[in-house]
Amino acid sequence: MSSPPTPVEERTSRTQGSQSPVIVFEDVSIAFQEKQVLDGISVRLPRGETKAIFGVAGSGKSTILKMAIGLLKPDAGRIYLLGEEVTQKPEEELFELRSKVGIVFQESALFDSLTVRENVAFRLMEKHDLSEEEIERRVREALSFVELENTIDMFPSELSGGMRRRVAIARAIITQPEVLLYDSPTGGLDPITSTTIVELIVKQRDVYKTSSLLVTHRLQDAFIMATHYFDRKANQMRPLPPGEHGEVPMSFLILRDGKVILDGDAAELAHSKDEYIREFIS
Amino acid sequence: MELTSPTEFALETVAAVQEYSILAARAIGGLFRRPRYFADIVYQADLIGFGSLPIVVLTGLFTGAVLALNSAHTLQRFGSLSLIGQLVSVGMVTELGPVLTGLMVAGRNSSGMASELGSMVVTEQIDAMRALGTDPMKKLVTPRVVATIFMLFFLTIISDLLGLIGGGIVSTIIFGMDSHQYWSSAWQALVFQDVFTGLTKPLLFGFIIATVGCYYGLSARGGTQGVGRATTQAVVASSVFILLVDFFATKFLMAVFGYR
Repeated sequence: MSSPPTPVEERTSRTQGSQSPVIVFEDVSIAFQEKQVLDGISVRLPRGETKAIFGVAGSGKSTILKMAIGLLKPDAGRIYLLGEEVTQKPEEELFELRSKVGIVFQESALFDSLTVRENVAFRLMEKHDLSEEEIERRVREALSFVELENTIDMFPSELSGGMRRRVAIARAIITQPEVLLYDSPTGGLDPITSTTIVELIVKQRDVYKTSSLLVTHRLQDAFIMATHYFDRKANQMRPLPPGEHGEVPMSFLILRDGKVILDGDAAELAHSKDEYIREFIS
Repeated sequence: MELTSPTEFALETVAAVQEYSILAARAIGGLFRRPRYFADIVYQADLIGFGSLPIVVLTGLFTGAVLALNSAHTLQRFGSLSLIGQLVSVGMVTELGPVLTGLMVAGRNSSGMASELGSMVVTEQIDAMRALGTDPMKKLVTPRVVATIFMLFFLTIISDLLGLIGGGIVSTIIFGMDSHQYWSSAWQALVFQDVFTGLTKPLLFGFIIATVGCYYGLSARGGTQGVGRATTQAVVASSVFILLVDFFATKFLMAVFGYR
């Protein structure tokens, strides 16, 4: 386990990260039923950074996440994940690469016929090389990270929406993936549960330095991530000291009409002169 | 209702055939690549095989009984009631056993597979599985195909046997035939070709039931309504395919054995 992150560490991490992007989109386009959803976008996710993606419904936010791991193929352009091009790889060759990535789906997408234990352990059980004791230990560790150890024998249908999202996060992080993709993890949740999930994402970012793409409609969640860090000693999220905002590895990407209209940090977002962006953040 | 142009319909049909062929090929290919999901095969075998046993028992028993009942009247007219065992055994083993068992299992399991996998598609569970690094073809389709083929083979044998018993009950109780005569006639009428034909068909039907059910399930679109549609289509398509394949398989096997 690494020591609690400080703004200085995060700044260093960000500088290093810019040299080795974990996800690269090069001139990527995709259309659904003749509607151009993404039109030649180019995006880079540096190592250790969390990038929040915004846009109106149907602007292609979730599509970006699915394309990043090859669940969807673009009509044009190239996509690199952890240095490997996913665009041309056949499905069979992508499974190994995907095992290095965790994803939290919009509606959690937990396997409803499996218990919480089996859901969280799914990836470990598929590896067939770990003992049952080791799997149990790691499942409990992942569930304690999301503070849901007591739900281990329950089925997803017995959990609330917020609990399901947290189980989905536990399932995504159990193998400590290099990249995490969150698809509207706080969508439709009450503010308290949303804050709990934001805290988990910040914890994952600051404690494990995981690179992540985060799709969200809630600008306030992304701002909390940009202005807070996770204090491991206190085991809670704390606001950054005044004057150090923008020092956490956090950036923003805004989509409009299939194009990227902003890709920058909190300061660039706050000082943008673009009318659409001003309206978006107001 | 929106009308589809003939070109669009043809393209959609070709695409569907292509997708089905890929699914079927990957389901078979999954057998030869690791990891192998033996536990899932056993689970599915229990679900498909043991779960279908009551309907197969009833279908077999009553089909044999009604076959004996209907043919007995005709045979009596020619004074050939003793042939009833022969007629029931050949009819059940070569045709009615495999086809009716296939149709029953298709109705129960093809729909079950389509609805289960369809629900997984619309709730993004299939995408989640792919994202977690597991091939849904290997994890979900291959075990269902293997289990259905394996279990349908034995279910057909059970159905054949029950059909013979049903025919025997009708022959002895209603028509007063000697049971020893019935069973000897039934046994002696069967030749290798009949048994081979009757036991080859469930292998083909099992493959059809599982692949068609999985194909429609994995192609489901449009929420719960889409799942319902996929379920119906799976039952209709697998039943029709069973009847079509039955004809061609029978014709082919007759040509191979060079008889009748």
